[in-house]
Amino acid sequence: MSILIDKNTKVICQGFTGNQGTFHSQQAIEYGTRMVGGVTPGKGGQKHLGLPIFNTVFEAVQATQADASVIYVPAPFCKDAIIEAIDGGARLVVCISEGVPVLDMLEVRHYIRDKAVQVIGPNCPGVITPGACKIGIMPGNIHKPGRVGIVSRSGTLTYEAVKQTTEVGLGQSTCVGIGGDPIPGTNFIGILALFEEDPQTEIIVMVGEIGGTAEEEAAAYISKYIKKPVISYIAGVAAPAGKRMGHAGAIIAGGKGTAAEKCKALEKAGVHVVRSPSEIGKTALSVIQSLE
Amino acid sequence: MNLHEYQSKQILNQYGLPTPKGVMANSVEQALLAINSLHTAHWVVKAQVHAGGRGKAGGVKLVDDKAQLAEVARNLLHTRLVTYQTDARGQPIESLLIEETCDIEKELYLGMVVDRSLQRVVFMASTEGGVEIEKVAQQTPQKIFKVRIDPFLGVMPYQCRQLGYKLKLSDPQIRQLTKMMVNLYRMFVERDLSLVEINPLVITKQGDMLCLDAKINVDDNALYRQNELRDMRDTAQEDPREMIAREWELNYVPLEGDIGCMVNGAGLAMATMDIIKLHGGFPANFLDVGGGATEERVREAFKIILSDSKVKAILVNIFGGIVRCDLIAHGIVNAVSEVDVTVPVVVRLEGNHASEASDILSKSGLNIIVADTLYQAAEKVVKAAGGKK
Repeated sequence: MSILIDKNTKVICQGFTGNQGTFHSQQAIEYGTRMVGGVTPGKGGQKHLGLPIFNTVFEAVQATQADASVIYVPAPFCKDAIIEAIDGGARLVVCISEGVPVLDMLEVRHYIRDKAVQVIGPNCPGVITPGACKIGIMPGNIHKPGRVGIVSRSGTLTYEAVKQTTEVGLGQSTCVGIGGDPIPGTNFIGILALFEEDPQTEIIVMVGEIGGTAEEEAAAYISKYIKKPVISYIAGVAAPAGKRMGHAGAIIAGGKGTAAEKCKALEKAGVHVVRSPSEIGKTALSVIQSLE
Repeated sequence: MNLHEYQSKQILNQYGLPTPKGVMANSVEQALLAINSLHTAHWVVKAQVHAGGRGKAGGVKLVDDKAQLAEVARNLLHTRLVTYQTDARGQPIESLLIEETCDIEKELYLGMVVDRSLQRVVFMASTEGGVEIEKVAQQTPQKIFKVRIDPFLGVMPYQCRQLGYKLKLSDPQIRQLTKMMVNLYRMFVERDLSLVEINPLVITKQGDMLCLDAKINVDDNALYRQNELRDMRDTAQEDPREMIAREWELNYVPLEGDIGCMVNGAGLAMATMDIIKLHGGFPANFLDVGGGATEERVREAFKIILSDSKVKAILVNIFGGIVRCDLIAHGIVNAVSEVDVTVPVVVRLEGNHASEASDILSKSGLNIIVADTLYQAAEKVVKAAGGKK
């Protein structure tokens, strides 16, 4: 088992014939992801990477029974692409592109409130269930099927957590990059809930960062609903207030959103908070060993 | 992106929001000319800088006549204003806003933000205007009223009335507030703003509402569709290094330490700063070279990092992902020799072809120290910069 995606997940790509779409679809196919087609308006009926191209998501889903859509279109078109994927029938939408305006995502979040669809991203590496399905831009080779569920607001820092948990021999059930924007399609809580229900996931690694209160909200949720052990690292202890640290979401505003506050809330919720980003793997191993 | 007060007020006026009559001036001569169109007995001179706390720092002055105005303008222009929100150097004052005065009966606070946990635009209002709203929020949170706006409905007039009664406004004032809030929300959405603060929103002795001060932040991600706002960017208010960085699509934030950092990915870049601190060092900057980490961008990143004379050593931490590490290593070697980097450079490359990459780096004959893990990298760079502080 895993969460969100497995070896049976059928995936289409929006922005299929662009540079990013082409490169990463090829990588996904090599990894073993069941890519079943792509969408590029105006190129319907043609083939790309040996797969059919459709003009609309609706047509693509009708023809291929795709479950998931991954989006590589430029930021100005992401809101439209995400809504098209949802209306077209995808149950999982993963938006990789960065630079999507906040108010666009605010509308998307509002639109999906009562819908049975999961939107991951934007500005994220994507989702991977090692050995089964890779949707996104992460390097497949550092992953290994296993016991740790990883959820993170970051890209390369997620890879760091992945590599460490692979090296200590634990491997991952599924890794989800929820993205570094102020309003992501899915927050920590949505993913934590799925990991709690997933029998393969024995321990959860949550990688947060400064800005907003998503980690504090996750802490409150964990203390109430999550029985599995959670390990957390919060990036940005050394960050100054009032400056945006690369991610649009990573800014300490009005004294809120500091790493110290987040760590405190998480520790209070019984989470194992690691202070050094190099100790994520080791800590996961020792926590899991203490359970056995 | 931040706007100046005078720019914020221009935008407010476009949406029918009343501000005191004022004129912008870049010189003493312009300031003296400006008052010909102002009709009050006194005027307020306000330094235009991207920082709050101007009043207490001496950046806002009341003047009574032309001589006084000239003196104040001369003393402010082309100096730097240090407030509790700026660094020790302060922000440069290149322009002044000269405004009519008004008779203040009451000072309110009205602000708008995108509330991340509610995923809504939220109005915040308080009867405690004219002071730092953060303090009000901390000490008397019951005095701050929030109004959540449904993105598909916009502001409902009843929400404004409800707020108006809480603020103890008269009925004509509530009608004014309603009109203001409807227009403010339209402005917020049409202009892709991330923050609006009107502090204070005053009620004059005549009973009218007036936006006495205004602060607007724009969502950087939306600048591509906000031409007018994009043109309002005042680069003089920004660190020149941040500007150059932006041209190369690098994310750079200068800090106070002596260890330069170059990392791909914002999260990993923050984590790198954290681990340097844990090992007893101090990062000189945050720098995200982005996913590509091409030779060109690595070279420009080195230049920007080295323009900070405090830097004693540099840590390059790249998690290669799908890009091959040996290619990145070549880029780093070329950049280090081309830019003539003289301080030691600790490099940690992770990903495909990492061992070929460390070969290339260690055989380069340059002052490059190879590290295999994040831990090692931090240890080595702190040592290279002269050890624990």
